[in-house]
Amino acid sequence: MTSNIAKTAKDRATTAGKPLPQNVDETLALLKSGDYVADRSLATALFLALKLGRPLFLEGEAGVGKTEIAKVLSNTLGRRLLRLQCYEGLDIASAAYEWNYSRQMIEIRLAEAAGAANRDALASDIYAERFLIKRPLLQALEEQAGGAPVLLIDELDRTDEPFEAYLLEILADYQITIPELGTIKSAVPPIVVVTSNRTREIHDALKRRCFYYWVDYPSAERELEILKVKAPEVGPALAREVVAFVQRLRQQDLFKLPGVAETIDWAEALIQLDKVALDPQGIDDTLGVLLKYQDDIAKIKGSEAAHLLQQVKAELAAAPR
Amino acid sequence: MIPSLAATSNGNGAEPPPVEASRLAENVMFFARTLRAAGLPIGPGRVIDALRAIEAVGIGTREDLYWTLHAVFVNRRDQQPLYDQAFHIFWRNPQLLEKMLQTMLPSIAVPRDEPEKGEEMLRRLAEALAGRQIERPGEEPEEKVEFDAAMTFSARELLQGMDFEKMSNAEMDEARRMIAAMRLPIMQLPTRRFFPDRHGRRVDIRATLRASLRGGGTILLQYKRKRRRHPPLVVLCDISGSMSRYSRMMLHFMHAITNDRDRVHCFLFGTRLNNITRALRQRDVDVALAKVAAKVEDWSGGTRIGGCIAEFNAVWSRRVLGQGAVVLLITDGLDREGAHGLADEMERLHKSCRRLIWLNPLLRFEGYEPKAQGAQAILPHVDDFRPVHNLESIAELGAVLSRQPQRRLEAAGSYAELMAGRGGD
Repeated sequence: MTSNIAKTAKDRATTAGKPLPQNVDETLALLKSGDYVADRSLATALFLALKLGRPLFLEGEAGVGKTEIAKVLSNTLGRRLLRLQCYEGLDIASAAYEWNYSRQMIEIRLAEAAGAANRDALASDIYAERFLIKRPLLQALEEQAGGAPVLLIDELDRTDEPFEAYLLEILADYQITIPELGTIKSAVPPIVVVTSNRTREIHDALKRRCFYYWVDYPSAERELEILKVKAPEVGPALAREVVAFVQRLRQQDLFKLPGVAETIDWAEALIQLDKVALDPQGIDDTLGVLLKYQDDIAKIKGSEAAHLLQQVKAELAAAPR
Repeated sequence: MIPSLAATSNGNGAEPPPVEASRLAENVMFFARTLRAAGLPIGPGRVIDALRAIEAVGIGTREDLYWTLHAVFVNRRDQQPLYDQAFHIFWRNPQLLEKMLQTMLPSIAVPRDEPEKGEEMLRRLAEALAGRQIERPGEEPEEKVEFDAAMTFSARELLQGMDFEKMSNAEMDEARRMIAAMRLPIMQLPTRRFFPDRHGRRVDIRATLRASLRGGGTILLQYKRKRRRHPPLVVLCDISGSMSRYSRMMLHFMHAITNDRDRVHCFLFGTRLNNITRALRQRDVDVALAKVAAKVEDWSGGTRIGGCIAEFNAVWSRRVLGQGAVVLLITDGLDREGAHGLADEMERLHKSCRRLIWLNPLLRFEGYEPKAQGAQAILPHVDDFRPVHNLESIAELGAVLSRQPQRRLEAAGSYAELMAGRGGD
């Protein structure tokens, strides 16, 4: 992990303020350089969002790599990543800004002790910027050294409607209004990525301000490529079997289909168990890495898994190497 | 050209002669009343506004008049078709109204483009035109007994207990009105948001600072309290053949609650599952029901409860049950497919919502035992179990929803309690 951090820090130094890609191919290459294997459709949506300065709204099942896109963007472009993890009841104080109340109180007391009785002057003193605690949304509107930051608003569906309504102003005009200070507007709009797991429908008014993209499960070829990049220690034969098995699993009638993250985890788990090829016993033992619902595991475990594996082996034997 | 305005239309908005002006004012007033009778919320203040507006715009063409009155009388998009029809009927010939009152059966060409909506609207408009005696000055107003006034208390009582199945059309209308006026309280849950409250437990520091600045430095503590709001509500309603007598009433019920609060999702199921939430968000009940009718294709067909609940679990459950929703399942539990796989799906549904309430119209029958396989599969997985066949039972439902429940109530126990507590109805 440490080497990884060092690597990104070094990358930052070399790519600080890297310009935005100028076409879809460059966007694809940019993602690829950040170890993200993307569809052309996704690269198109991302390119448009970057080019036209609109937020990118990514919706999809858990574990298909939505959050990863923002991280890769911030790494490859050398921008600062500001992450706002949403939860129910998230409010302005923890998302945008808060006043530093204790310092303000001390300031009032000091002013009293000094005998300054001018109330208006005191008010303008107390609501100065130095008493403002900036949270991710406000930080995203500030000038940064390496260019406009990447603002990741993660799992927006977990918040409630009032917060969504508050975001409208920020996503439309990249500005925040603070009653005591006035409106703060960014000189350079941040790169905004909004993700949602669709645990509720996001309001149309918010979607209208963004470019929408549904992140789907990858095709077999793309998943194999992802596995090569993300888990290089997995041998090509095993990788092919793993991908083929997961692809078949996604055609089953399950409550929660395994995502890309599960595929990578599973391949790594199999490596840890010194497997070089899939076998029914091995699948049964590690099924909990792929499937996260008891009903789903009960459905697949045993004969069904063996049956799927047979199909996979037959398919791979028939395919040209 | 509008006959009553013909003499005054000089095109430059000059003051019309007083006699004509009074005639115009009268007509505008009648027009407003007609609209009001057809269901647009127009008070006397609006009529005065309309007259001022006409004065400001001047009496020019018919089109000017149309848009002038439109600006005053219409404030929602769905009122527009109704206004449009009323305007064309009324201002073609204001005397037409009187003729209509005599014939009681208007024959007006419906605009071709929206037959369904048009007909429904027109029916209401015709009722408004026909059901109102327009008082002209100098004529004796004919006594017309209003339906509402005629509904004495005891009649209302009777209606409360009457089965939806046995109601006449007029009674149905009244019942619909009562459903629309009903508020369905749901228990409130604390959220993580606050509002200022002098008796709150927590200190609101931001407000405190502002107050102390106003007060010149003395720090006056301000308090806040947790805001409470109701959880989302998801309604799953069976529209198969065995439920057909109730489905229209249930749709009215769903329309009423959808327009009463936010975070309501409605689904209809027969052989397929349909999400009709957006259609029901139309404020006008007739337009909403027409939209639903256009969207749903399997009215009064068979039922695949198991299949539909499975589809709901797979496709919708994560999207609408995310924030601790209360689910109302409205069905009689008669399943065409012998309840295949229903128990598992019900269990999943039950475990993914805050509270599952089963509303069953068949419960009104003495000695109804949920013997059908479907009912047997549903019963172990519901928190509550209610009849829903008349206004009284819907009102009771409100009481049930507003109570903090014991989670995982033994449905069998509540069923026994229900049976014991039920008189003959």
